[in-house]
Amino acid sequence: MEEKEFLPRIIGFLCKWCSYAGADLAGVSRLKMPATLIPIRVMCSSRVDPLFILAALLRGADAVLVAGCHPGDCHYQTGNYYTRRRIALLEKIFDQLGIETDRLRLAWISASEGSRFRDVITKFTQQIKEKGPNPIKKEIFL
Amino acid sequence: MKALKISKSPDDAIKDLLSSLFEKQKIKGVFSLCYDQDYFYGFVTDKNLLNKLTPTAPVMPANGGKMLSRLTMLEPIQTPIVVVLRPCELRALYELVKLEQANIENLIFISFICPGVLSLKEIKGNIEEKVANVNQKQGLRECCRFCENFVPENADLILPIIDGENNNKTTIFIKTERGEELLQGIENNLVEEDFDSATLSSIREERTRYKEKTWQNIKTENFGIPGLIDIFGRCINCHACGRACPICYCNLCYFDSASNDTGPRVYEEELERRGALRLPSGTIFYHIGRMIHISLSCVGCGMCSDVCPISIPVGTVFTKIAEATQGLFNYVPGRDLEEKIPISTFKIKEFDELGEA
Ligand code: SF4
Ligand code: SF4
Ligand code: SF4
Repeated sequence: MEEKEFLPRIIGFLCKWCSYAGADLAGVSRLKMPATLIPIRVMCSSRVDPLFILAALLRGADAVLVAGCHPGDCHYQTGNYYTRRRIALLEKIFDQLGIETDRLRLAWISASEGSRFRDVITKFTQQIKEKGPNPIKKEIFL
Repeated sequence: MKALKISKSPDDAIKDLLSSLFEKQKIKGVFSLCYDQDYFYGFVTDKNLLNKLTPTAPVMPANGGKMLSRLTMLEPIQTPIVVVLRPCELRALYELVKLEQANIENLIFISFICPGVLSLKEIKGNIEEKVANVNQKQGLRECCRFCENFVPENADLILPIIDGENNNKTTIFIKTERGEELLQGIENNLVEEDFDSATLSSIREERTRYKEKTWQNIKTENFGIPGLIDIFGRCINCHACGRACPICYCNLCYFDSASNDTGPRVYEEELERRGALRLPSGTIFYHIGRMIHISLSCVGCGMCSDVCPISIPVGTVFTKIAEATQGLFNYVPGRDLEEKIPISTFKIKEFDELGEA
């Protein structure tokens, strides 16, 4: 019996100015990458409340990607520095609670980095494939 | 440090002092723990009611920092008042000032080196005889037993540890200029004295040992989702822990808001995914969410554990997580008003590896 290949579902919060544009560029350049990302466009990576990430993971997303402009390039000057602290905080809490932190990723991707976008998605997908589906999906008692 | 010696019990010494301050019109009121049929925080402006005060009773009916934020959120209190708070309450108040939910203008602080408080369920009627228990650690909040921040910072006057043994002798240490000003013209028999550092370090060592033992027993880092369910599975989602927490600062809590309702949109989806749904739902979401929101400012007061109707050791888990998140930013909540809550600021160079994936 052949098992259906596991294709991770990755929720991606992409900042409108850099990473979403970078994803667009990857698309129009017809770069090949796995169809695993469910993109959500946000005005800035700092718009991503850590609760969004937590909710996505608890409700069964296999992974979450938060992507924004490189440090120093934020359209709103400093938004991504706050994002970075929030992700560090969230990872620390996950760590302390024995929740896997490798289903969460922060990536800086600029509007011109279509190929970096492809690389990040490809690599992240591969890593999540190796880890397998998010075990939280099977828990009823949440 | 300058200090004042009074041959009375700590409570009487404080009350006498307050009474002279009222007489000399140096203060217009006092905020302190009171007793009248039960313990409560009182804001007292009538000198004749000072006999209701029990400033140092080992009780925390509510976190006093939070209560003061309710009084001062919109405007500072207009006339000078003396406030008697425990160290963790004072630190909570400072955090609330940073969160623009409290104002400490005109507040003069008395605090004391804290032996801890009794669990609320230990408190029935007058507990004078139970004060001795504080020494024996019986009935103390668990959070108090491992609290290492029991020496108040940011108080104007500080009393040494009150453990039922200092019945007729009290020392009041004068920590700030403001404290000194307050006592001018009232007391002039000041001596030079310091905290008993040997006692302080032996208390600290004992508490650190207790903390390490507690951390080992609870092992949050092995929780995972099963462990979280194990500890919070019985949670009835009453949100009392958040209501009592001084740091849970939102006027409308996200978790009480309509955005967090389990309407059809949510449960249909969940049922499709899992085939079953637990109710009340979202309890783990709530607790991790609260850790995200408040762990950087958690002062370890233990209100949350104490009010939990089903005795989940909320505060034990939260203080452990808090120690880790505060350590990440080298942050001590309530230490310094100038020190920003880490999530509201940043450094250009930090966490360099994040985002480079
Ligand atoms: S989480 Fe608990 S221990 Fe921490 S400040 Fe809030 S009530 Fe106090
Ligand atoms: S849990 Fe979060 S949203 Fe609710 S009151 Fe506390 S800080 Fe605010
Ligand atoms: S007080 Fe106890 S039962 Fe109520 S929400 Fe908090 S942990 Fe759950």
